[in-house]
Amino acid sequence: MSTGLLTVSPSPHVHTELTVPQIMRGVIFAMIPALAFSIYNFGLGSLYVTSLAVIFCVAIEYAIAKYLLNKPASIYNGSAIITGMLLAFNVPSNLPWYIILIGSAVAIGIGKMSFGGLGNNPFNPALVGRVFLLLSFPVAMTSWPIVGATWSLDAVTSATPLGILKEGMRAGENVDALMSKMPSYTDFFFGLQGGSLGEMSAFALLLGLIYMLYRRIITWHIPVSMIFTVAIMTGIFWLINPARYASPLFHVLTGGVMLGAVFMATDYVTSPFTHRGMIIFGVGIGVLTVLIRLFGSYPEGVSFAILIMNAFVPMINKFAKEPRYGVVKEKAKRQ
Amino acid sequence: MKLHHKLKTFNIGGVHPDDQKLSAGIAISPLPLPKVVTIPIIQHIGAPAKIIVQRGDMVKTGQIVAIHEGFVSSNIHTSVSGRIGVIEEVMDSSGFKHIAISIRIKGDEWEESIDQTDTLVEEINLEPKEIVSRIMEAGVVGMGGAAFPSHVKLSVPEGKHVDYLLINGVECEPYLTADHRLMLEKPKEIIVGIKILMKALGVTKAIIGIEDNKHNAVELFKELLKNETGITVEALEVQYPQGGEKQLIQALLNREVPSGGLPSDVGVIVHNVGTTFAIYEAVQKNKPLIERVVTVTGKSVKQPSNFLVRIGTPVIDLLIAAGGVPEDTGKIVGGGPMMGKAIADLDVPIAKGTSGILLIPKEESTRAEIYNCVHCGKCIEACPMGLEPYHLLILSKKGNSQRAKEEHILDCIECGSCSFVCPSNRPILDYIRLGKTQIRKPKKA
Repeated sequence: MSTGLLTVSPSPHVHTELTVPQIMRGVIFAMIPALAFSIYNFGLGSLYVTSLAVIFCVAIEYAIAKYLLNKPASIYNGSAIITGMLLAFNVPSNLPWYIILIGSAVAIGIGKMSFGGLGNNPFNPALVGRVFLLLSFPVAMTSWPIVGATWSLDAVTSATPLGILKEGMRAGENVDALMSKMPSYTDFFFGLQGGSLGEMSAFALLLGLIYMLYRRIITWHIPVSMIFTVAIMTGIFWLINPARYASPLFHVLTGGVMLGAVFMATDYVTSPFTHRGMIIFGVGIGVLTVLIRLFGSYPEGVSFAILIMNAFVPMINKFAKEPRYGVVKEKAKRQ
Repeated sequence: MKLHHKLKTFNIGGVHPDDQKLSAGIAISPLPLPKVVTIPIIQHIGAPAKIIVQRGDMVKTGQIVAIHEGFVSSNIHTSVSGRIGVIEEVMDSSGFKHIAISIRIKGDEWEESIDQTDTLVEEINLEPKEIVSRIMEAGVVGMGGAAFPSHVKLSVPEGKHVDYLLINGVECEPYLTADHRLMLEKPKEIIVGIKILMKALGVTKAIIGIEDNKHNAVELFKELLKNETGITVEALEVQYPQGGEKQLIQALLNREVPSGGLPSDVGVIVHNVGTTFAIYEAVQKNKPLIERVVTVTGKSVKQPSNFLVRIGTPVIDLLIAAGGVPEDTGKIVGGGPMMGKAIADLDVPIAKGTSGILLIPKEESTRAEIYNCVHCGKCIEACPMGLEPYHLLILSKKGNSQRAKEEHILDCIECGSCSFVCPSNRPILDYIRLGKTQIRKPKKA
């Protein structure tokens, strides 16, 4: 009886089903509800912008890997598709194609490939692209189409709830008066509000979160700690002076908190390794977001907060370690 | 409604590989005697035994053929009767070449002093010291895989107080069912074995830990131990690597063995159920460790089986008895899929520590494409020692032994959970092993 040549390799000899391409596919699935809501709300513009961003990101990553780095194409792991989708989720659904192209080039070229591709980038690539665009094209990046009115590509634009709040506060109005101009909390929850393409519907984003938790792609630590921090901090200010500060529910359901908590901050590469670290990271993002929203000049601060906390990740990794086996007893022995 | 209480388990890390216990329902059957056995003189942790026979000698089953050298070593007995053949280096299941004695079989004539009957002998007549020396004479070693000489474990150093004996019936490796079947078929013998161990150690409390995927074994022991005091059985949540000594101690007693320490440092001694049975046979039946239960299994294996095999039987004999080697076999593993060793050819002999032979199909036998580390942290989540495997990989790759040591690389129990769970298929454990050897043997300048 002959078996031919046998493979000899060190243990373990079995491997989990959940590999990088599968995880990336899972994240893409998790983003579909938010994309669907966006198309429902903003019309084909959402689909157009998302498709363009994905095509640009994949093409740019392919080109850089092949012609600049002379490496095998790294696009098959699906991470460029996610970067493209997340970039699109963070921009208005009526953004012109050349701005999307620039954003994709910055996200993939500077944000990711300049560091060596997937796994090596310190900052969330989609946010690098997004912030670059926000600083370079402030008008185009803050002109959001009106919800439900846009099945054509050029449409009337409106401000986001956070924008209305910031402008109103500057003009000296009080929160209650401003709230009456805005949709209800139920509308916020389901996404009937102005904003970037993928950030409006807390409901759709939560569906994605539940899916990713179920598949064990991510853990609860970052989303929960970040959302709770935003809620608690804004809640404290709201209790102190409800005429000056909006309610915690408003802050959680508007702007990029949900999108940031579910998809941006949970990016493996740019978030800490350990559960403890993830909680520190989530709390940090929450605090910075609230500080920027309440006291900064921008109405929204999630992107900046995440990028700033990205910079702290190596330090968090160094100090926030998990408990080791056998340490308690070691300490007890020394005493 | 069944009352559901939370089962105990260890609380750092852990993974859940598909358990694939294909042969759990198959009774243990004795494998027909081979024509030749090859018995390595080192099948245990410690020094090789010293050969006391010569080519051409006639030996009886159970006769000693090599004597332990030093304390941490083990006697080797012939598992068959016949004529001693060549004594030379052969490749064994560790993948290395070691001196082994080949014996050409003639009949099956046993040493007269061995009680071959199946009668249960419950009365324990020996004194603790005699028990330990009987176990040492019988060449009993840990049968869960590590093959550490059992008499060494039973000789608790002065000044250490042991209050618990833990019996490891966890069998957390996927596929393997040898311990499960033994527990179902020889429970009374195992209980006597436990009493022997308790007497030898002078402890009054023993717990048998069994994962709940072997619920019938848990129920069986519960029934048999109804009227016993001191011995209990505990069903454990299914989680790998619960059968690791340190993990089992944490799961059952919530004690942690200090880094670099031994179970006896926290008052515990752990023995595997297979070892406990061998100890019963050694002490009550005067039978040395010459045969063991081996699971032969794999997705494509025709008849997944549990065989009672004489030590030294070539692997090929087991495979033939299990329906032959399937066409799609790509890898053969001695032991389970998480910690077992791939074997290079089919003549490798079964050793005291071989708990199973696993056949892995070709498409699952090679490693998948490796991606960059994506910092997912799953290896940290999985590590039962609370280490940072991704970091140890980087440090070992760089050859930075000093930092690796500071990151407690030597605490690694090599369970493979990190490599198992890594979505980028990174060879984490390979590098950790490399890192450990770098520390033990510093690079020559």
